Amino acid sequence: MNGIAGALRYLGNYVTTNVVRLGYASRLFVLTLLYSGESFRRFRLVLRELYSIGVLSLIIIMVSGLFVGFVLGLQGYNTLERYGSEQALGILVALSLVRELGPVVTALLYAGRAGTAITAEIGLMKATEQLSAMEMMAVEPMARVVAPRFWAGVISMPLLAALFSTMGVFGGYIVGVVLIGVDEGAFWSQMQASVDFHEDIMNGVIKSVVFAVAVTAIALVEGYDSKPTAEGVSRATTRTVVTSSLMVLFLDFILTSLMFTS
Amino acid sequence: MSSDYLVEIKDLYFTYDRRPILKGINLSIRRGEVVAIMGGSGSGKTTLLRLIGGQLKPTSGTVKVDGLVVNDMSHRELYDLRRRMGMLFQFGALYTDLSVYDNVAFPLREHTTLTESMIRDLVLLKLNAVGLRGAHKLMPADLSGGMARRVALARAIALDPMLIMYDEPFTGLDPISLGVTGNLLRRLNDALGATSIMVTHDVQESLQIVDHIYFISEGQIVAQGTPDEIRNTDIPFVHQFVHGEIDGPVPFHYPAEPLARDLMLGGAA
Repeated sequence: MNGIAGALRYLGNYVTTNVVRLGYASRLFVLTLLYSGESFRRFRLVLRELYSIGVLSLIIIMVSGLFVGFVLGLQGYNTLERYGSEQALGILVALSLVRELGPVVTALLYAGRAGTAITAEIGLMKATEQLSAMEMMAVEPMARVVAPRFWAGVISMPLLAALFSTMGVFGGYIVGVVLIGVDEGAFWSQMQASVDFHEDIMNGVIKSVVFAVAVTAIALVEGYDSKPTAEGVSRATTRTVVTSSLMVLFLDFILTSLMFTS
Repeated sequence: MSSDYLVEIKDLYFTYDRRPILKGINLSIRRGEVVAIMGGSGSGKTTLLRLIGGQLKPTSGTVKVDGLVVNDMSHRELYDLRRRMGMLFQFGALYTDLSVYDNVAFPLREHTTLTESMIRDLVLLKLNAVGLRGAHKLMPADLSGGMARRVALARAIALDPMLIMYDEPFTGLDPISLGVTGNLLRRLNDALGATSIMVTHDVQESLQIVDHIYFISEGQIVAQGTPDEIRNTDIPFVHQFVHGEIDGPVPFHYPAEPLARDLMLGGAA
């Protein structure tokens, strides 16, 4: 009996804690949107964050994109060659990237590079009472710290994803055309003919924006809600990566089934 | 009514997580005074500061600052009031991504429409007052603990507040920095015509600079008076605190079973 009661209590506790956290997160998200006005009136605040969130993620995104493109080129060629359709390599590389790999892998890398940085930064600001100090100076941290980071994330992720896909296509071209010798004309012309701007590219961009909102919001909430100690901040940083990665993969499944099934 | 006292606290109760932290605090602080609130760690003194600043809401009772009830204010009114308050946090809470200069300029840039050249003059004057004009280009990571706190003090007084609050201003300072900080705190209060409240457990330093002292223990005020009254008091708690005695009303041992029983001596089953 004791075991069952204990398990029930644990379950109840688990559920209520998470419902409370979800409520807290939603409230924080709404506040972020409400306090966004200042971010755009003083766009300098967003620019600063665009640098640390977007520009500093450039290297990892571009290098990863290039290598994913290399691999797509190799694997794609090996498979397509069996059916004598290696000319379709351009389509395969481009569609895989703009529809799926670009937005998803970018979001996962972004969670690891920028998401953790956001959580750690805000968590440390909380632990060292910088957020309290701001409140006591009558400056709203939601407007000054949280909202600019949110918008910087939402602006930079689609651009990073686009760059990732571009580098990937370039990587596929290097391996497929330059190294293996697929016909260059076929590679580009088939790609141009088959990739649709609305169907493929815009849907990829929409995915990317959704992921940006999810990952950035998770990173901000985890940072703002972290326990104000060294241990609390490190735990929050780990949670950011785990939660936002799972969320990206889950949302990708939902979005893909909405977009690409008719 | 509100003329003589800047801060008035009546029947203040505060409960956190069902644990009572403050149990019926009454105190009034005159304009122009430097007041110390003392007590052991975890006695609720920092909580009291946060209630005055409106960062926490009391369970019951009222906190008035300059005649205005802090706990009934809207967000807007509270933020208006806070522009007239300065707060120095325990370790300074400087913004780590901004230089010393930008830290002090922060409240001026947020709340005034002064030109950059006027802000520059003000920042350098405030830094000069705490003796760190020469350090304005440094980043917070380059400062020692005492310097960081002086920069934070310059930032707290940037808007010439009527009330300055200090959370443990002396913790972790070497004896020289400690003397410097204590002195500075008193001089700035008098020069600005402000009122200061500091929460501290540094008895000797505080006795030298304050006008009035409150002792808090277990959420209640157990003693109060001028430094001279406190030095000569015979209230056991205050005596233990002022003289740093190991045992007294505040016991050395955390509550426990008798030692013999814990060690299973004397025939316990």
